[in-house]
Amino acid sequence: MSDLQTIRLHVNGQPHSCAVPARLHLVDLLRDELGLKGSHLGCEHGVCGACTVEVDGRVVRGCLTLAVQADGRQVRTVEGMKDLPDARALQQSFIRHNALQCGFCTPGMLMAARELVQHKPDATREEVREWMSGNFCRCTGYHAIVDAVCEVLAQRNLESAA
Amino acid sequence: MKAPEFDYVKARSVAQALSLLTEYGDEARILAGGQSLLPALNMRLSEPSLLIDIGGIDALRGIQLMRASLRIGALTTHTDIENSALVAQHAPLLKLAVGHIAHRAIRNAGTWGGSIANADPAAEWPCCLLVLDGTVIVQGPGGERRIAAANFFTGLYETAMADDEILLGCELPLADRDDWFGFQELARRHGDYAIAGLAMHLRFAGPVVQSARLSWLGLNSTPLRSRKTEALLAGKPLDATTLEMVTASLKEELEPIADLTNTGATKKHLATVLARRLLTQANATRQSVAA
Repeated sequence: MSDLQTIRLHVNGQPHSCAVPARLHLVDLLRDELGLKGSHLGCEHGVCGACTVEVDGRVVRGCLTLAVQADGRQVRTVEGMKDLPDARALQQSFIRHNALQCGFCTPGMLMAARELVQHKPDATREEVREWMSGNFCRCTGYHAIVDAVCEVLAQRNLESAA
Repeated sequence: MKAPEFDYVKARSVAQALSLLTEYGDEARILAGGQSLLPALNMRLSEPSLLIDIGGIDALRGIQLMRASLRIGALTTHTDIENSALVAQHAPLLKLAVGHIAHRAIRNAGTWGGSIANADPAAEWPCCLLVLDGTVIVQGPGGERRIAAANFFTGLYETAMADDEILLGCELPLADRDDWFGFQELARRHGDYAIAGLAMHLRFAGPVVQSARLSWLGLNSTPLRSRKTEALLAGKPLDATTLEMVTASLKEELEPIADLTNTGATKKHLATVLARRLLTQANATRQSVAA
């Protein structure tokens, strides 16, 4: 008996109007309706972090957010990161440090790391580990990921000091 | 898994949400941040016929300094609390606890009121509310009602709120200069449900504890205080003798329930470890203040 709900939202700067069932998760809207497959589905109950996306500038779990809750909001996925300098720096650093193997967790890692770079530019290694602890990686053992994020923080601190 | 089907209404006001609650009764669930409700829906542990989304009611959001209390609106997110200068100054316990709540992406969406109303015995906010002796403000068809934290948590995921009431926010007493707060919990991994956790509020008179409150999470079906041990602490310095006395008293007083991986005895032991750690920390902090 659930009727479709009409929602309007911006995804990576593009306006969209969609008719969605209330039960639809944001990540399923992004992947299946809008064709943005970069946000991944892992556990579907908020534990693994693979579906992490930005809503109004803050990361959330795409599987613990209903599409209807994103009505009127600005959503950003990993596909929308390519034009952002701090996201580019993170991507390059991940490559340099071999911070990915299969790559399944990487979009969520990048989303989480970008909010850290923006909100906690002087985070210690321990704080980076804590911040990134909501994103699971089954390949790397995390050290390379933490190294990659720490390097970007260090670079940015050097730049801002110069 | 995907959530089951349900109807959805985005409430424009508390009044509209209340009238829907009255109409649908326990078939309806309130959606705030959804960070406990959505996992429950995804795993089909809950199948409401209607979700009433209160996320757009801005009046329920925000932190306000009142004359003798700090008011935290139901929709205030964990991250808002983490970032709040008012909280740091007037309710520093919440700052100590907030990092233990899940992970950043969850803290960005999950709300204070959602955590209190959900009354998860392993959650941080109910435990903090209890140790601070805060007040919960709810609204039903008959108007507003204030419920003391001590009377609010009545059972496993059960509260003193009626089915047709909505949580508006909470009021917390303001921290005093002689107050010391501590929070610690033990979990298998960071952000996991705690095996045991302790929120502590000590009020000092010089080097001596004037009054103490200990509130536990993860031990029983509700967060709970250990009032006998609290009474023993009054008037004592935090020396080795007091620590021994507290450990012995907690072993008598606490009766933790086993969970899937930990026996009641393990939890009881871990509780005494937490108490010793926080009391040691409190003593060190007070001495550095005095020196």
